[in-house]
Amino acid sequence: MNDPEPTAPDHAVLVRRASVVYPAADAPVRALHEVDLAIAPGEFVALIGPSGCGKTTLLRVIADLESITSGEVLVNGLSPHDARLARAYGYVFQSPALFPWRTVLANVMLPLQIQGRKPEQCKAVAMEQLGRVGLAGFELKYPWQLSGGMQQRVSIARALGFEPRLLMMDEPFGALDEITRDRLNEQLQGLWQREKRTVVFVTHSIAEAVYLSTRIVVMSPRPGRVTKQIVSTLPEVRHLGLRDTSEFIAIAHEVREALHAGHGADADEG
Amino acid sequence: MPGTARTLMKADHSSSLAQRVLPIAAVLGVTVIVWYLGCIALNAQGAIERVLSNQPNWTTTDLVAATWAMERPVLPAPHQVAFDLWSSIVDWPLDSPRNLLLHAAVTTQSTLVGFIFGTLFGVLLAAAIVHSRTLDRALLPWIVASQTVPVLAIAPIVLVILGTLGFSGVAPKAAIAMYLCFFPVTVAMVQGLRSPQRIETELMHTYAATRLQSFWMLRLPAALPYLFPSLRVAIAAGLVGAMVAELPTGAQAGLGARLLTGSYYGNTVAIWSALVLSALLGLTLTAAVAGVERVVLRRQQR
Repeated sequence: MNDPEPTAPDHAVLVRRASVVYPAADAPVRALHEVDLAIAPGEFVALIGPSGCGKTTLLRVIADLESITSGEVLVNGLSPHDARLARAYGYVFQSPALFPWRTVLANVMLPLQIQGRKPEQCKAVAMEQLGRVGLAGFELKYPWQLSGGMQQRVSIARALGFEPRLLMMDEPFGALDEITRDRLNEQLQGLWQREKRTVVFVTHSIAEAVYLSTRIVVMSPRPGRVTKQIVSTLPEVRHLGLRDTSEFIAIAHEVREALHAGHGADADEG
Repeated sequence: MPGTARTLMKADHSSSLAQRVLPIAAVLGVTVIVWYLGCIALNAQGAIERVLSNQPNWTTTDLVAATWAMERPVLPAPHQVAFDLWSSIVDWPLDSPRNLLLHAAVTTQSTLVGFIFGTLFGVLLAAAIVHSRTLDRALLPWIVASQTVPVLAIAPIVLVILGTLGFSGVAPKAAIAMYLCFFPVTVAMVQGLRSPQRIETELMHTYAATRLQSFWMLRLPAALPYLFPSLRVAIAAGLVGAMVAELPTGAQAGLGARLLTGSYYGNTVAIWSALVLSALLGLTLTAAVAGVERVVLRRQQR
């Protein structure tokens, strides 16, 4: 709160020399090792890397779902804990995590109810968010009546309900088929174009990372660390056809090279 | 897992009425036949000595007829029990101690009071246990141990103590019923309140939900599919508790008291009527809980 302009901090997310170490019997596991990352407001940042590279851990640290062993993390100028209490971010998990006893509408209303908003207001906001993810007319269905892709859209609508400035997504489309995934990527891209919220997106798909983000952060395992950051040269407005352009392929290639390099370093260390 | 409970419910609902009734009717038919045969076997000696002694040339048909119509048989025939039950309900006013419905009502009252308080106590106990590791470690062994003490041994002590404190009538009986009710509820609710997956708990965490909000919006609804089966067990156990509590007090009314007076006077038909009525009462109470369950959980995944 010592930030001179707490309403508009320079960084949506600022991570400085953050490490996460899990104690273990033989050798402690270094899930994150001295990670530095600065994310400006309005950026769409993809965290990519092989499993065990700490990309999900990094996201969970920012979301106050896990705590760092050393270093510093600031979210909108606040500690992750304070940012969470201030409801500064929305979080979309790998699976939709919808409550089966609530309707689609009531699921989207959940965070708003927890915030203590008036019932009419909760309902209006939830209806609006459902419309934005293309689920108008499904309000009174129960989650089990929807397909996996629709369920994940409900969970995105739920995360956007209280208009967080920061949206964190942990492989949200990982469990979906490729066709559904493409469509949701397109919708997410459109959503970001319209509202320009800061998005931190964890994925292990190179195509997804390149298509969606303005910056790709490549990570590597053992210890989990950032090995390269690639700023996308793709135009701001994107469509799925871009994936066949030479520019897209060039960036994808760069990401793939960086991932390989990370693995090489791993082999050297081992 | 709630998933299993849901699948079981589905199996229940989807089968047609005939498919559900037929097996039950078949077992009932076999039971009645065995019962009548049992009457012949068990009552034959008494019938020969008491009924047929002044009838020198009795046949097998006479013997069978006698075993099914004796006054104080070892095992009364189904129609004797049915007739006794019917006449007690129809021939006597509702407030007469000879009317079994009065006794059923008295027992139902203490069962329901015990059930309601037992359920509340069980849920509160479970909520305390899942929110505090200390309570979990301190209470759970005692709760389990409490159920290993036979209720028949506890009942007179509780009745005497509560009687000394000035509680009589429904309260002591309800206390015994409650003692049996709370246990299944606590065990099921501890499991149910812990059933939310990590991702659901973390979701509430990212919303900065308070403990109370998490309990009310996540834990409690998630526990309901666990709660209802335990309520069905609890209400049946509560009925047992209420009836057992009626035995040592020399209570004037209640199905338990009725069983006791029946056995004092060797009135086997009266014992069996009370027994049959208590079984029907147990079925009714369990069905009522199942009905509430169906209404409350009708929206959940089936």
